Amino acid sequence: MTETLALPTDDTDPFGPEALEDPAELHATLREAGPVVYLTRYGVYAVARYKHVRAALVDWQDFQSAAGVGLSNFRYERPWRAPSLLLEADPPHHDAPRRVLSGILGPRALRRLREQWFAVADELVGRVLAEPEFDAVPALAEAFPLRVFPDAVGIGREGRENLLPYGDFAFNAFGPGNDLVNRAAPDVPRLSRWVDRQCAREALAADGFGARIWAAADRGDITPDQAPLVVRSLLTAGVDTTVHGLAAVLYAFATNPGQWQRLRERPALTRAAFDEAVRWQSPVQTFFRTATTDTRIGGTTIPGGGKILMFLGAANRDPRRWDRPDEFDLDRDPSGQVGFGMGLHQCVGQHVARLEAEALLTALAHRVTRFELTGPPRRHHNNTLRAWESLPMRARVA
Amino acid sequence: MSANVATLTVAAKDEIAEGVVALTLADPGGARLPDWTPGAHIDVVLPNGMTRQFSLCGDRWDTRVYRIGVLREPHGRGGSAYVHDVLRPGDLVGVGGPRNNFPLVPSAGYLFIAGGIGITPLLPMIHQADLLGAEWNLLYGGRRRASMAFRERLAGYGGRVHLRPEDESGLLDVPAWLGTPRPGVRVYCCGPPPLLAAVQAAFRSWPAHALRTERFTAGAQDAPAREEPFDVELRRSGGTVTVGPDRSVLDAVRRAGADVLSSCRQGTCGTCETTVLDGDPDHRDSILTDHERAANDCMFPCVSRSRTDRLVLDL
Repeated sequence: MTETLALPTDDTDPFGPEALEDPAELHATLREAGPVVYLTRYGVYAVARYKHVRAALVDWQDFQSAAGVGLSNFRYERPWRAPSLLLEADPPHHDAPRRVLSGILGPRALRRLREQWFAVADELVGRVLAEPEFDAVPALAEAFPLRVFPDAVGIGREGRENLLPYGDFAFNAFGPGNDLVNRAAPDVPRLSRWVDRQCAREALAADGFGARIWAAADRGDITPDQAPLVVRSLLTAGVDTTVHGLAAVLYAFATNPGQWQRLRERPALTRAAFDEAVRWQSPVQTFFRTATTDTRIGGTTIPGGGKILMFLGAANRDPRRWDRPDEFDLDRDPSGQVGFGMGLHQCVGQHVARLEAEALLTALAHRVTRFELTGPPRRHHNNTLRAWESLPMRARVA
Repeated sequence: MSANVATLTVAAKDEIAEGVVALTLADPGGARLPDWTPGAHIDVVLPNGMTRQFSLCGDRWDTRVYRIGVLREPHGRGGSAYVHDVLRPGDLVGVGGPRNNFPLVPSAGYLFIAGGIGITPLLPMIHQADLLGAEWNLLYGGRRRASMAFRERLAGYGGRVHLRPEDESGLLDVPAWLGTPRPGVRVYCCGPPPLLAAVQAAFRSWPAHALRTERFTAGAQDAPAREEPFDVELRRSGGTVTVGPDRSVLDAVRRAGADVLSSCRQGTCGTCETTVLDGDPDHRDSILTDHERAANDCMFPCVSRSRTDRLVLDL
């Protein structure tokens, strides 16, 4: 225990309203305190420097996911739903579902969607810009993924309004059982039932991501009972994350008009712009791991079974890794940012998110010369996501 | 040596059976090696320029080393002879991948059939099947007991392992061993072409997808990997940059002003995929299948290089 006592400690609640509203101060405090900081409120080990976050992310042997990537430790506690075969699994169980989904969501598999998504983005942007002012969160950041992603998965039209609240709950559930969790809890059985129904073979249109997952089960690449859970991963992790990633990049350009100008002059920066926004805002702020056995990080021993809270958002602004980390800057190479994670659990849908962003930004860059906020932006609090409720703005059109 | 050019040190070379050496490869700086799954292979670029593919047969929980088994092929094109006769501990080899064309799918039971050095990709599969508590059996044939590698390692599994040296028990009786189709059992076979043909013939009555095979022949790439610098033309932005052996294509083109986004820098995540307009890449990624590699229409510049004097990229 002496090693634990020698650790720097912090009693801040990283899931409290203050930290969720603006985590910058907490992130800086944790980064400066040391490679590992013990969070007394939850009895977990915080890691906030880029180097150590990245090392923990890639080291699946020492930092397991199967005990849950939230605060709850599945070694002792029952999860709120059957664990994810991807996010909450380690090799060897993780291998087959990951391989199947990586193929279905890989860049070459997405080529067939590119033209269509660019056309949908163009049509949507045309419609939104017809209004003098709009709220970019519902009008663009939510509307675009909700148009293209459920279609790409192949779920029906009915009930798609359940996707955002379900995802919001799932990401809240990685945190403690606070108000954010409790307020949504009554709706969860209904939302879960709806989502589970969409994962069935019969519910999925031919040729979508969902049908391809079932086809993989028919080939024996995964088992038939794994297929619905893999579809569920798409529906859980594929919507809210992209929504808040798109909101992040729209907020970035609304508050950095010079950078928008730069993107318009150099459209080849579009992909890097989205990753820079993901670095800068880190839509997924945190994930936990569990020390498989006693494991060292930066000279500190984490006891086996101990929970490690990795601050992706803090790592993405660690001045040890990034120059002027708080600036959104298209001249920066954001490669290596950990907003999508790193290693074998790295976001399997990252290429989907990047394609959605590229489609939307390209459509906007064709028309908009400048974004201006018309009111105060409002955050949406979530235990895991750095999210937006509202980004009221107007767009000057060329 | 740049960390972006995957070069590993031969940390150990051990003769483990008649005509078979095991190589242990490690990063010269002791860094963690890219992840792999059972059935995966790596491309090894030997100091004489030959590229050969070898299955990984070690332990994926040990992140610092790769292990491969190399059979001396008297009628081969010289790669295995080089490994046996010339390569020594401390030498450096280039490494591409790991890639997996022979993945282990989930199943309640497995029959593994190995012929000779074809045991190598099956070893990590067996370890994994055992870990998962699956029902499994291994039929392992070879010319002579002394030529059959990894016998000691397999001995620990007891009665599940069936060694069949040809000089003691004749050719493998595949039809008798496969028997009638059993639901929930997958068959994994790796070995020389006659063994695969025998398994496929005996397999007709089994359901589709229950059999997975890997043909164990020398790798397709015969042209030596190049040590000399090559030029990369950026077709859209109009520049040309020379890439030396110590720098990745990714770093070179970024320095020349191309906006290529990357992430893992190991050829695994796919973020830096770049369209190739002309020239033949030397693919070192973990993503493309052999078929996709042969198309030569895209590459992952974080790890892949060039076989030709000039590569033209859509940048």
